[in-house]
Amino acid sequence: MAVAKALSVREELVKERLGLTSNYAAAYAVKAVDVDVIAAYPITPQTTIIEKLAEFVANGEVDAEYIPVESEHSALSAVVGASAAGARVFTATAAQGLEFMHEVLHIASGLRLPIVMAVPGRALSAPISIHGDYQDIMNARDSGWIMLIASSAQEVYDSIIMAYRIAEDSRVLLPVMVSYDGFLMSHTTEPVEIYHEEYVRKFTPRNLSRYRLDPRSPITIGVIASPEWYYEIKYQAIHALKESKSVIKEIHGEFNKFFGTNYDIIEKYMVDDADYVLITYGGASSGNAKEAAKRARERGLRAGVVRIRLFRPFPTEELVNAIKDAKVIAVIDRALTPGNTYEGPVFSDVITALYSSGVEKPVVSVVHGISQRTMLADDFYNLYKMLDEYAKTGEYPRRTVFMGLRT
Amino acid sequence: MKVYFRTIKDLPGEEYFGPGQLTCAGCGPSIAVRWLLKAAGPDVIVVNATGCIEVTSTSYPYTAWSIPYLHVAFENSAAAASGVESAIKVLRRKGILDTKARVMVIAGDGGTYDIGLQSLSGMLERGHGVLYVLYDNEAYMNTGIQRSGGTPHFAWTTTSPVGSKLKGKVQRKKDIMSIVMAHHIPYAATANIAYPIDLANKVKTALEYLDEGPAFIHVLAPCPPGWRYPEEMTVEIARLATETGYFPLYEWDHGKIRLNPPSNAHLDKSKRKPITEYLKRQGRFAHLTEEDIKEIEKEIDEYWDYLSRLVKAFG
Repeated sequence: MAVAKALSVREELVKERLGLTSNYAAAYAVKAVDVDVIAAYPITPQTTIIEKLAEFVANGEVDAEYIPVESEHSALSAVVGASAAGARVFTATAAQGLEFMHEVLHIASGLRLPIVMAVPGRALSAPISIHGDYQDIMNARDSGWIMLIASSAQEVYDSIIMAYRIAEDSRVLLPVMVSYDGFLMSHTTEPVEIYHEEYVRKFTPRNLSRYRLDPRSPITIGVIASPEWYYEIKYQAIHALKESKSVIKEIHGEFNKFFGTNYDIIEKYMVDDADYVLITYGGASSGNAKEAAKRARERGLRAGVVRIRLFRPFPTEELVNAIKDAKVIAVIDRALTPGNTYEGPVFSDVITALYSSGVEKPVVSVVHGISQRTMLADDFYNLYKMLDEYAKTGEYPRRTVFMGLRT
Repeated sequence: MKVYFRTIKDLPGEEYFGPGQLTCAGCGPSIAVRWLLKAAGPDVIVVNATGCIEVTSTSYPYTAWSIPYLHVAFENSAAAASGVESAIKVLRRKGILDTKARVMVIAGDGGTYDIGLQSLSGMLERGHGVLYVLYDNEAYMNTGIQRSGGTPHFAWTTTSPVGSKLKGKVQRKKDIMSIVMAHHIPYAATANIAYPIDLANKVKTALEYLDEGPAFIHVLAPCPPGWRYPEEMTVEIARLATETGYFPLYEWDHGKIRLNPPSNAHLDKSKRKPITEYLKRQGRFAHLTEEDIKEIEKEIDEYWDYLSRLVKAFG
């Protein structure tokens, strides 16, 4: 019955089904929420988002100011200014562009501005690589943003709509980054159901009650704080980020009800009775993991996958609950934290989450898909076999496994 | 420029830059900001670059600003102002907000000549209706007197020290006005805190042009600790900068160049006070030899020659 209801909800809301890349899906979502100011600077693999938005603006389909800035640093700075003045804003970047913005990332969250940014993840220079991984995203991890990682073009579209509701919620007021696989998603066409814009706008009403630059009620934004005040002000932002998880879950629930979808902050795939669980994020990695889990199940291994959709704030309790009965777990990272005990950044997050709940598990750190090194479903199937072996012997690797690396 | 204010009494009595801010005694930039805000009035939004004015006027939980104020970072005030201006434009167009506020950047020489030059150029090229005011105290004073692209030739700073081999800044001051004018914006002008009526009229003129595009004002604002002179001398030294021809007052108004009083008399070198009058009062030039002073004089003459050719071509 619930499924039937959901389908009928979607029938009314869906305007059309289009073949879109994740980048175009992002642009369509930004169009749907009636954005006011877009700051745009090209970088691969993000460029087709701002190209599509430029088209929308040029054709009068989006009534927005489109600022073709001279750098990514200025892109984020311009939307900081616009957001402080009360506008609904959007920008997008990747890789070197996100690094160039880095200073302003912290300022955007510190000023509590509800900015939404799309980031198809890409490897960082040097050597220069235009191909996808999640190194850029991981380097932005500690900047105080809410970070969602989508795994399909439909999810990118839906997540950006949700992102505006989350960012502008008076209990949150933080910037939101919606990321996904560079190229493997940003440039891959998938079917996407686009909603009638009147419904999207009904779901994303503007929050005009937030603080903004207004001569009738002048405020000072961007002050200097002495050590006597800095700590408390910073803590408020950090606290808001942590507390945002419950609001994000609430808005996921509202979105699911409104649009007939089924999103959660983590995605569980055949996890309930799984002995062996792969934890990962993004489209290609989680897609391969699911395919591998199916094959492993066919061969008698109780395999499952957890996909992390909300990366910051980290879904600690939800993740621990999902994996607490597993025998052996592997975390597949598409990024590196060089020089750490293990080189997989999200592996460390998973270990910390387990530690916080007093759960001890064998967990293997795996790195794959760096600079879009091809990840095969077979690689992940072999990983399940390895986990089965580890469970039998009680021995498992105490250092990161670099899959797909030529030696 | 149009004349909106004839005497100091024509300026509003309201103070938009409050007392109690933490600048040094005799601070040139704080004098500049006071006049800027009086000329602009209450319907303005200020975007301030990191620097002396920012750190001395916004110390939480206090603020010296009675108009809306935004500080983002050092190098991006022009970009942030582009965003504020765009937001006002689109929110008015959509009927969401009805503000008509003008946007004014206030940035120092470091934030303009050097680290902020790219974002300034971007803002000017894109044609945002923003007034960008450079308050030039000729070095990174906020971090403790380091040389910038705006520091004059031979001046002592902590990163252009007077040593046995090198004596003060090796390079000449960057010609920021020519860089700005090359963007062919509606209005650009120099101003000086010692000439507040001229400054205020330029600010008001610039603000009235913003529907057409960007405007830029380069304000000389001396710094007692950085230039090494007694704090009660700030206005006098600023005035000498113009009277000696070191800092001429002029404006670019829709492609026309005009010298403003008293600089309009200074094409004739004999009408300028000797440059030593300006240099000798400042400790940052205390090490200059006769030869160095001659070199400075030569550079000023060269600049005046350039200006006179501009006036001939675009007057």
